[in-house]
Amino acid sequence: MQESKWRILSRPLVDDNPLTLQILGICSALAVTTSLDTALLMSFVVVCVLALGSGSVSLIRNHLPHSVRIIVQITIIASLVIVVDQVLQAYAFELSKRLSVFVGLIITNCIVLGRAEGYAMHNGFVASVLDGIGNGLGYSLILIVVGTIREFFGKGSLLNVQILIPTSQGGAFEPLHLMLLPPSAFFIIGGIIWFIRRKRPQQVEKPEFTLRQLQEESK
Amino acid sequence: MSETVSKDSTLRALGVALAVAFVCALLVSVVAVGLRPIHKANIEAERIAQLELVLAALSDIGRAQTIESLEARLVNLETGAFDESTDPATFDADRAASKPTTSVAIPAELDLAGLKRRALLAQVYLVRGGGNAIELIILPVSGRGYQSTLRAWLVLDGDARTVRALKFYQHGETPGVGARIEEPAWEAQWRDLPAYDDDGVLRIGVRSHGGGYSDDAQYQVDGISGATRTAQGVDGMLRFWLGDFGFASFLQRLREERL
Repeated sequence: MQESKWRILSRPLVDDNPLTLQILGICSALAVTTSLDTALLMSFVVVCVLALGSGSVSLIRNHLPHSVRIIVQITIIASLVIVVDQVLQAYAFELSKRLSVFVGLIITNCIVLGRAEGYAMHNGFVASVLDGIGNGLGYSLILIVVGTIREFFGKGSLLNVQILIPTSQGGAFEPLHLMLLPPSAFFIIGGIIWFIRRKRPQQVEKPEFTLRQLQEESK
Repeated sequence: MSETVSKDSTLRALGVALAVAFVCALLVSVVAVGLRPIHKANIEAERIAQLELVLAALSDIGRAQTIESLEARLVNLETGAFDESTDPATFDADRAASKPTTSVAIPAELDLAGLKRRALLAQVYLVRGGGNAIELIILPVSGRGYQSTLRAWLVLDGDARTVRALKFYQHGETPGVGARIEEPAWEAQWRDLPAYDDDGVLRIGVRSHGGGYSDDAQYQVDGISGATRTAQGVDGMLRFWLGDFGFASFLQRLREERL
């Protein structure tokens, strides 16, 4: 039952999206999506870390003792994140200041460790890298959608280019300040999850508990 | 099955852990050292940019100031006199502070900023107005915060008594807590704050631990909730750099020349 390479790459985009199906990595998704440019940079960084992390773990998976596997995975991921953070501070200084701690916090992003432990430990190098990139892109897709909505309705701009002129500058657009606050990302991500599950009902989870009254009524 | 046993032996686990740690450490070190020149250049650019921001915000100077239009001078911190033997353009403050021949150990009881050593010279900027009178004195200050070294520009009025602005250009304080030292609302408190009382005693500081109303209130700004150590760091930094082991003799000289 070998999955095709294309399937490994595309499955995490919608069918098995780490954010909307597994509900992982929500914290950073709330924090970095106030504007599209930070969302794009964060996406890029997470794709890099996921691909390299899964790839490296896959390479040494046959030599990795079971007892220390998690700490070794975390060491690899942490090193990669530090390297990426250093590169960002050198070549994208302004943006890296705005991402502040959230680049460093990729270390604790459940998606990265989840793919290393859940996939790369049992699969070959190429498949693991593709799985890493796929999951990174799945995360990126949601980040970009949320970032676009929040920046457009919160500031009337995209990638810092003003599209709608706000009322403060004589235009007709009233910025929705809620969009710049973390709760708005919750609402948007919730909306996306609802939309995907409506289109793909197989993703809907069975309720673990039902109210007794409902059960009696249905009898 | 025998292979799995050997794979999980303690020795094997230790070996793999050490090997991974070594490779990762090597990778991180090489990248950090390799990118250091670019990091330094970025911080230097940030330093200049923040200074220009401060100058732009002090609009009552009446004209836009750029870094080139400022008068860069080196000051001998012990005598307070200008030092003419070194070119300000080639002066590297961090380097000077770390080399034994160009720096001096700070006595522990005076080391309010937690710096341990300071350079013999310091680079200051002067803004001159009409009649060549000094309008602004811009001093570089630094000190230990909660988890990083705070670096800032301290802008004094030409009278060498009143703080006009304090602008941080480098720190690593906790985002959302200590990092609020660079928020405009907090920075605004430093605007036109007298640093000395009428007797010339240094009174400037940051209130923390409640404290309530005190005689020093007019010389102090509010601390930041949850960032007591950062506030104490800023407090110590200013008391050190405006104190006897900092710029006190230089500022005294400017005040006398002004009379």
